[in-house]
Amino acid sequence: MSTSDSQPPIASEERTTLGETDNDPIVLLELIQRLKVRDVMTSNLVTVPRDATMQQAQELMRQKKISSVPVEEKGRLFGLVSIDDIIRALVAGTIHESCGRHMTTKLVVLEDDMPLSFALRYFDRYHYGRFPVINRDRQLVGIICHRDINRALLVELTQELHRLEGASLQKDGDDGSGSLYLLREFPICKYDFENAGKAANQIKQVLQEKKLPPKIIRRIAVAAYELEINLCVHSDGGVLSWQISNGRSEIVARDAGPGIEDVEWACRDGASTANEWIRSLGFGAGMGLVNVRRVSDEFDIKSKKGSGTTVKSIIYIEDKAS
Amino acid sequence: MTLNALIVACGWEPALVPDPEVEVSGAYVSDLLSDVMAHCPDGAVLITVQNHTNSVAVCTLVGAPAIVLVHNREIPEEMQAAASREGVALLRTTDDQFHAALRVGKALGIGVGE
Repeated sequence: MSTSDSQPPIASEERTTLGETDNDPIVLLELIQRLKVRDVMTSNLVTVPRDATMQQAQELMRQKKISSVPVEEKGRLFGLVSIDDIIRALVAGTIHESCGRHMTTKLVVLEDDMPLSFALRYFDRYHYGRFPVINRDRQLVGIICHRDINRALLVELTQELHRLEGASLQKDGDDGSGSLYLLREFPICKYDFENAGKAANQIKQVLQEKKLPPKIIRRIAVAAYELEINLCVHSDGGVLSWQISNGRSEIVARDAGPGIEDVEWACRDGASTANEWIRSLGFGAGMGLVNVRRVSDEFDIKSKKGSGTTVKSIIYIEDKAS
Repeated sequence: MTLNALIVACGWEPALVPDPEVEVSGAYVSDLLSDVMAHCPDGAVLITVQNHTNSVAVCTLVGAPAIVLVHNREIPEEMQAAASREGVALLRTTDDQFHAALRVGKALGIGVGE
């Protein structure tokens, strides 16, 4: 009997396993702990019974473009036929004999409820290209390879990114001296007119709940709205931060580009670089920054063509003398 | 004057009226949203051609209870949904901005005898 001893290793190279260094991003580390092998593995399995010939296994692997096939009957895993086993059978002239005779039998398997971090360590330790996955009842339920892991991590990271991008930072309380303390951050996307104004509206609602004077609320809402629209219309996307502390409201609109060539000109009434279709929506009248400056007690703008713009609007909500 | 009474007086088509009893203090005519943000008085109806969700957002912020769309402009579904969500009334008229504002002035007695 020429049964192979173990799964074929993949080419060995210098590597560091994900999760074994302090430099891996926390999001990634959390992901590989949270994800289970069953979340990542391929469960739509192609298998052969023990009495299938090695040639049948080879044909199946060719058709399905896979590099190994589990030998399984009624959920029980008996072994694995790999490309190495096929080559060995071709050389030895045993390609017409059964998989049961020539399959790899000494297998390292993973369990489906193991965390992905565990699987990654196995890949590193054994240098195998894939591992069969069994459940608690020792039934074969899947197979996992590097490609499955890469695909799962990409999907999860994309979702995580969307979640982080869409999340609004929120902190409420007092600033230690008994004054109101609020902090909100709103990510604003370029040309997202569907949601334009929502951040300003939320700010207004919070201020109404806190029962601030209507005139102050309106000034803050005007500044927030204009800066939100500016991010939406003119920037490549950015963040609108709003903070109330020490008796004043501070709105900061920050973006990473494209920047303003002539800041002084941009702050003039009527100055606008908006195109026709933006004007047709009622924006781009060149009044935005003018409005912000008019309602603000302190106003500041910093910008550089080719880099980002930061606009700050401060409005006092408590009498400074008090 | 209540919004409902103003709608009747001006002959506007009431496409959406979440609160017919809300008080109306006047009107503001503009198609520039920054101009509306800067100058529209609280309680005034906005007379405009801007038939989209951003007009609703601006009205919400400045406390304008209704949008009067002139020239019988269509009301897109998203605008209707946003107005319903924010409690902003949507009204339509075949008038242009000047005549729509004139009707409000007459109904509220603004400018009479000036």
